[in-house]
Amino acid sequence: MSSNTQRSFGWLALLTAIVAAVTFGVVALLVNIFERKQEARNPFVKVAEVTEVSTDPKPWGLNFPQQYEDYLKTVNDDYTDFGGNHALPPSKLEKHPWLKRLFAGYAFSIDYREARGHAHMLSDQEVTKRVTEVQQAGACLHCHASIIPTYRRIGLESMGKEATEEAMTEGYQWDAVLAGFQAVSQKNYEEVHAELTKTPDGVTKAEDGDPHMGGAHPVSCIDCHDPETMSIRVTRPGFILGIDKLAKSDAPVPHLPSIQEWRDKGSKGNYDPNTMATRQEMRSFVCGQCHVEYYCANKMTLTFPWSNGLKMEQLEAEWDSTEFPDGGKFYDYVHKETGTKVYKAQHPEFELWSQGIHARSGVSCSDCHMPYEKKGATKVSSHWVRSPMLNINKACQTCHNIPEQEIVDRVAVIQDRTEQLIDRAAAAMTEMLDAIIAAQEAGVSDDDLAPVRDLQRKAMWRLDYIASENSKGFHARQEAARILAESVDYSRQAIAMCYKLMGPSAPADVAKTIDEADRLASLAESN
Amino acid sequence: MTAKPSRKRLFGPGAYLFAGCLGLLAGVGTFTFGYGKGASYLSNDPKTCVNCHVMQGHMDSWQQSSHHHVAVCNDCHLPHHPIGKWVTKADNGFFHSLAFTTGGFKDPIRIKPRNRRVTQGTCVHCHESVVHSMLPDAAGRDMQSCVHCHADVGHAGR
Repeated sequence: MSSNTQRSFGWLALLTAIVAAVTFGVVALLVNIFERKQEARNPFVKVAEVTEVSTDPKPWGLNFPQQYEDYLKTVNDDYTDFGGNHALPPSKLEKHPWLKRLFAGYAFSIDYREARGHAHMLSDQEVTKRVTEVQQAGACLHCHASIIPTYRRIGLESMGKEATEEAMTEGYQWDAVLAGFQAVSQKNYEEVHAELTKTPDGVTKAEDGDPHMGGAHPVSCIDCHDPETMSIRVTRPGFILGIDKLAKSDAPVPHLPSIQEWRDKGSKGNYDPNTMATRQEMRSFVCGQCHVEYYCANKMTLTFPWSNGLKMEQLEAEWDSTEFPDGGKFYDYVHKETGTKVYKAQHPEFELWSQGIHARSGVSCSDCHMPYEKKGATKVSSHWVRSPMLNINKACQTCHNIPEQEIVDRVAVIQDRTEQLIDRAAAAMTEMLDAIIAAQEAGVSDDDLAPVRDLQRKAMWRLDYIASENSKGFHARQEAARILAESVDYSRQAIAMCYKLMGPSAPADVAKTIDEADRLASLAESN
Repeated sequence: MTAKPSRKRLFGPGAYLFAGCLGLLAGVGTFTFGYGKGASYLSNDPKTCVNCHVMQGHMDSWQQSSHHHVAVCNDCHLPHHPIGKWVTKADNGFFHSLAFTTGGFKDPIRIKPRNRRVTQGTCVHCHESVVHSMLPDAAGRDMQSCVHCHADVGHAGR
């Protein structure tokens, strides 16, 4: 009898436990469904006020925790074959010694390292030997700092207006920003850096009499977003002026339909990306504010060379036709070994992307570098801006419905081929430098060397254009190969011309080769 | 040892407690079933598929697709066999809700080999009169997947 009771009690306890477990599960599911439904309503709770001076991303992060958390992760990118994160990123100069010769006489020959994530961009600039050992222009802060409120403050002051915090938060104020941008462009780095901390950043509250009103921040939320509406926008004067020049050119821009539309409507006034561009274009334009070719030393205002179009030789043509305000032909630096005035390509990602299949297919920078992702039932654009190779599923497989490994292999083929072409172009470039030095030592006159110097500038610009571009050819693989092939060709032409000018003093075997080539050429002509 | 005669109770107190719990579970369960739109899973309505928010893009692009007027989700993603249909529905329903509840699934989502076979079967089911000469001569032989080329006919959101 008592054992029966015990057994029944045991069964009852077991059943109760099962029912409890199932109830637990059902309630958990209920709560989960509830949460997902809440997420799908996409609520936005404004808990902190952000304005046109909020360069500190912290208050934005209170309103948009997911995006802020992603942004903070940019300190922590993994290393890919061609870039990534380190406490002290590896030196490109040590890995590719030819870069020291390419940049001889220019600050990049002192210190040139792999790039790191966005959150490092200001602190890395502050410590590079290019800045600590060489006097740099404040224009560099156009992209490395969240500088627009500082431009606005200086602009307002130069226009004789009072730059109070209230005045600075009354919208973007293009006139004031432009005036500040122009005033700052020719100041030196330290002066402009000091100006940053005199601008309120939305968080720091300085005490009376303290000139430090805010902190200096790397690029942050306000650089791509309108604090009122959160819509994406471009803020950088360099880009706004540059894209207007591009719109006014007659270069075909099949990947930027809003510019074509503006032209079709008669190109009235200025092209304003913030009101005319499509959202998809804006998802590239925000990146194109900085990931481009530009001039940013202090001989003239920061310039994006887009008045002929976005192709490499169109940018080159603008530099060829540019003169400094004090007269004299444009150049970036005098090459120390040869004395030739040459151009420095910066990092023309936006331009090279423009020549590629992804741009032509309507794929923006953000689609690959900030792909959409789902957090529960919410869809957000990842603000962990990084290499798509670290996020292939979301970055590539949204469109490319093939196995991940096939994508990895494809990218490796493109980047390795480009790297091999870069090595060949670099070998040709260093031989060219040797030939020019030899020609100078052999007493070839400067007049005679002038066409050689033109070839040298063209060859070095092309090599640098692809070597410094941050995709190792991926953004437009055929275009990258074409540019490197031209670089090799110009280097070799320059070498041949040097040896010809040197005549008998050229290395014997080379002279013979050139004589032979001449003989064949004259034979061909006489035939 | 004279036991006090008492009315024999059919169930002990534990049983009442258990019954109470069971009733609570039944109540919460019914509510969850209703709140989670459980009944809709027995229907053929494409809106059911966006109960799970992951499918919103697929739903949106299906409405733009060439199949929009002739086929709903179930027409392509469930076998047309009366039993196979419910087996697949149960299988997908369970694993989809497991994945979406616990997270950690691939995003963009990828079709499983089993479901790919189902889709292939439904393509052929409707288009057999057109494609029969292209089919393998015996069941199960290798053939190219229809959606390999016609990737956008159902929905471009993959």
